[in-house]
Amino acid sequence: MTAITHHIPDAILAAYAAGSLQHHYAVAVASHVSLCVHCRAALEAHQSLGGALLEETERVAVSGNMKADLLARLDAPATPEPVYTRRGIYPGPVVAALKGKEPKWKSLGMGVRQSILSQDKHGSVRLLYIPGGRAVPDHGHNGLEMTLVLQGSFSDETGRFGVGDIEIANEDLEHTPIADPGDPCICLAATDAPLRFNAFVPRLLQPLFRI
Amino acid sequence: MSQTKIEISEQTTWMLAVRDKQDRDAFCALFDHFAPRLKGFIMRTGCSAPQAEEIVQDVMLTVWRKAAMFDPHRAQVSAWIYQIARNRHIDIIRKENRPVPDELAEDPGAEPDASQILAVEQEAGKLKTALSSLRPEQREMIEKAYLGELTHQEISDQTGLPLGTIKSRIRLGLERLRHELKGLRE
Ligand SMILES: [Zn+2]
Repeated sequence: MTAITHHIPDAILAAYAAGSLQHHYAVAVASHVSLCVHCRAALEAHQSLGGALLEETERVAVSGNMKADLLARLDAPATPEPVYTRRGIYPGPVVAALKGKEPKWKSLGMGVRQSILSQDKHGSVRLLYIPGGRAVPDHGHNGLEMTLVLQGSFSDETGRFGVGDIEIANEDLEHTPIADPGDPCICLAATDAPLRFNAFVPRLLQPLFRI
Repeated sequence: MSQTKIEISEQTTWMLAVRDKQDRDAFCALFDHFAPRLKGFIMRTGCSAPQAEEIVQDVMLTVWRKAAMFDPHRAQVSAWIYQIARNRHIDIIRKENRPVPDELAEDPGAEPDASQILAVEQEAGKLKTALSSLRPEQREMIEKAYLGELTHQEISDQTGLPLGTIKSRIRLGLERLRHELKGLRE
């Protein structure tokens, strides 16, 4: 595995630590951090800063019975939440988004497939499967778009993205990512755009016809 | 060794006693220290006092149940509790499960390294110094950012300077952390 060269900017890591990053992006950030010691260390530095602020924050007395209530609950049997860990090429946060199941791939034509992990009015996060040499579908984003490579690689005007690399693009970036020849490229794509199936496929095919 | 032990903060000592011995007295000490801070911290986001207390209860219960995951070589107690607090707050308010990274595989049989634990704590001290050197408006922005009140765009637009200031102070810490993490991975 080659070294990861495309990382997450600090402002996004800080927003992730603070919990202000929208859910679909948080899946992509948590997945990249799972693969990248560089960003994990940076995230932990942000957590340290959060911890320093917590230490210095103004204290507000808690209710008198709170500690006793809590102590009484310590031995209560806890229903353990399922813990999802890395499986094959999929980091834990992706496995969690799949609820431990295999991805359900849907064909988008020309060998390109997608598996939607979650979507709502704020955006979506999905897996994309792109055969070597094919264009990565246009996610149709209005704002921020994150694409994390889990297998294979793709290249566009800004460079080459291999396993673990994350491309963070805003609406200003006009780019046409194309999967490199060889193994199919599987990536995780988070965007703020609602899914537009009807518009999606023709837009996806356009760059293919130009190849 | 005993000299080193004296220097390790009370909070870390309590947390290790909770982690390794399920020590209730140590847990009470952690509660007394952190619960009022957590309540103040959470109320600053606009939560009512009863709701803040509900979250504090949940956070402290998580601290008890997930104590095995605390690693003093990588995080001071306040950083670890900060992240639990932000995660639980969001889980409760938005009724969703926050995506969290895979845990690092633990180094089997690793002895606690007091100098590494101390280095992490000294980092926290440096951060506090860095924070106190900020101008009031920078400080306010940083607080808003880490309380989850700014979007990533607002953070990169408005807090570039304070983040930069702090980052230069913790660069050494970052290098050390990176080195440490690489060691864990290999
Ligand atoms: Zn990274």
